[in-house]
Amino acid sequence: MKKLLLTTALAGFAAGAAQAEDVPIGIVLGFTGPLETITPAMADAAELALAEANESGNFALGTLMPVRADSTCIDSGAAVAGAERLVTSDGVAGIIGADCSGVTGAILQNVARPNGMAMISPSATSPALSTAEDDGLFFRTSPSDARGGEIAAEVLRDHGVETVAITYTNNDYGAGLAESIRAAFEEQGGTVTLVASHEEDKGDYTAEVGALSSAGGEVLVVVGYVDGGGAGIIRSALDLGAFETFYLPDGMIGDSLTETFGDEIDGSYGALPGTDSPGASQFADLAAAADFDATSAYAGESYDAAALMILAMAAAGSTAPADYAEHIMSVANEPGEEIYPGQLGRALEIIAEGGEVDYVGATAVTLIGPGESAGSYREVVVEGGALETTQYR
Amino acid sequence: MDALNAIVLLSNFVLLPAVSYGSQLALGALGITLIYGILRFSHFAHGDVMAFATMAVILVTWWLQGMGVSIDPLPTALLALPFGIAITALLLLGTDRAVYRFYRKVRAAPIVVVMASLGVMFVLNGLVRLIIGPDDQHFADGARFLFTVREFREFTGLDEGIGLRVSQLITIVVTLVVVAALFWFLNRTRSGKSMRAFSDNEDLALLSGINPERVVTVTWLIVAVLVTVAGTLYGLDKSFKPFTYFQLLLPMFASAILGGLGNPLGAVAGAYVIALSEVGVTYAFRKFLQYLLPENLEPSGLAQLLSTDYKFAVSFVLLVLVLLFRPTGLFRGQSI
Repeated sequence: MKKLLLTTALAGFAAGAAQAEDVPIGIVLGFTGPLETITPAMADAAELALAEANESGNFALGTLMPVRADSTCIDSGAAVAGAERLVTSDGVAGIIGADCSGVTGAILQNVARPNGMAMISPSATSPALSTAEDDGLFFRTSPSDARGGEIAAEVLRDHGVETVAITYTNNDYGAGLAESIRAAFEEQGGTVTLVASHEEDKGDYTAEVGALSSAGGEVLVVVGYVDGGGAGIIRSALDLGAFETFYLPDGMIGDSLTETFGDEIDGSYGALPGTDSPGASQFADLAAAADFDATSAYAGESYDAAALMILAMAAAGSTAPADYAEHIMSVANEPGEEIYPGQLGRALEIIAEGGEVDYVGATAVTLIGPGESAGSYREVVVEGGALETTQYR
Repeated sequence: MDALNAIVLLSNFVLLPAVSYGSQLALGALGITLIYGILRFSHFAHGDVMAFATMAVILVTWWLQGMGVSIDPLPTALLALPFGIAITALLLLGTDRAVYRFYRKVRAAPIVVVMASLGVMFVLNGLVRLIIGPDDQHFADGARFLFTVREFREFTGLDEGIGLRVSQLITIVVTLVVVAALFWFLNRTRSGKSMRAFSDNEDLALLSGINPERVVTVTWLIVAVLVTVAGTLYGLDKSFKPFTYFQLLLPMFASAILGGLGNPLGAVAGAYVIALSEVGVTYAFRKFLQYLLPENLEPSGLAQLLSTDYKFAVSFVLLVLVLLFRPTGLFRGQSI
């Protein structure tokens, strides 16, 4: 018995000694729960970035070691316990995560802030996280849902639109986006005549369109689904001659839009998340080599989150969150040499030589405001019954 | 001129949509009221029979389109109607034989038959989704508009316009023809008279030598015609989706009960009342009032009685009011 205890203690000591060389990075994602289908690819992507930095041999602070924990996406108690374990027992230098907005906020307030731990979430999109108290420790590589509203308002104003009516599909996505469009459009001096909801799967939208038409507006903003009520609203608005131009957010842009309406909605326009950055295809090549799906939701954002943390540590020359957190914004943004997926070794080299990097990554990362991705949006217009990309913003 | 604009505006947004929607409801409600009057139970499977019938029409329409048959500018679906009616008639007679006949024979309480029809509803629900899927299907072809809002505005020089779709015109014309033919059949032919006799007093009708099985068969055949025409018109005017058809059950029943169950005339009137109130109560009258009222009286709000969120509550409220104050319906049907 005594011998057993001694060996265990020795083994523990040896492990502790080995860890001095390691830089453990926590990956807190919902490996069980509603996101369990996409989180494996997200974790693979984050670990791919860590492995890439290790292999390059240019990360001087030690060997990066991923340590996973389950956020469950929905159970804040379990997520906090998991993150707590990472910080106190595994001694992680930073946390990639969490995934869902609710558990991300809980971990930020209960684990990250009390322990001074930095977090980069790849997929939390709630606008509430933009204004949450974070002591400068929280970042995200996904845009806040509020950005969709700002983009919509900018596109509308660029088209010289003064008044709009907004209809939205009656759920969290629709209500949230409609509200952020209204707020952003009014802030930019426009007038919103009416914000009204519509239900999915109804045969007839005459009454809804009638109310919107009475309220008036140059453009009807349709926050809905192209294969559902959104298309019904447009059909009805065209038939009744109520509106001729529509603004179409991401949920309304798809092949079936032009199949259904053809050139009837010529001149309508919209914007959806999208990028012309070459980073996306480079990331896809890396992912194919590592045997996971690059197009899986938020895989690119996860890679970028891990990459930003590594580069910030290198720039600070320290793995202490208090030192490197402030460097996250600067490695993500201009000035500096643009860094794409697969070039982490090169980036670390530049940093070691005292140069600056502008990490672009898989999703064209630019961090704005309180440390969240600006997101890139593709602006489209319907011309001759087909969707044409006009610009990226 | 302002008064004219106001009328045109109201016609485009309230009257015309309500009349075509009401016509589609009327055909459905007529089927419900006939089944209630003659077979004496509430046919809960009506919405899904309608979906099945429309599916049959759509499949035949696609086949016809594939053969290159067309009656442009009218939709091909009109040609497919007779086939759809035949298929639906087979389905209805089949379910009657397999399900309802047994309950008639044992003289089951109406509520038992209603529950049986609920079962039929679920089976059909699944059958339709199995065959054509749960998604939207577009099968309308031919010209879409008789004239559009813009053409109307340019032609008349008014500020407001009316757009008349071919499907709306077809709906109204076909409904008129079908309803007229039905009333002629019920009032003038021997079969129709025996149906009414059977409905009024079953025992007396049996005593006077009316064959009950024949009356039942004729009823199902008429219901097949009504339900197929109603479903096809609705699908042409809007679009076909099985779930939407299932949801039509409520306004159709509301129409039949409002007019008085078992009373065909009541079903038609009830359908138009339901349709007009669903669209009218939730319409924002601001623009309409702006045309009619002097400037200082113009409303600043939308002048909307109820938000469109409550559209479907309107049928419920009307239903409750009628059941409270006039349980036999507006046109003296049977009380439930």
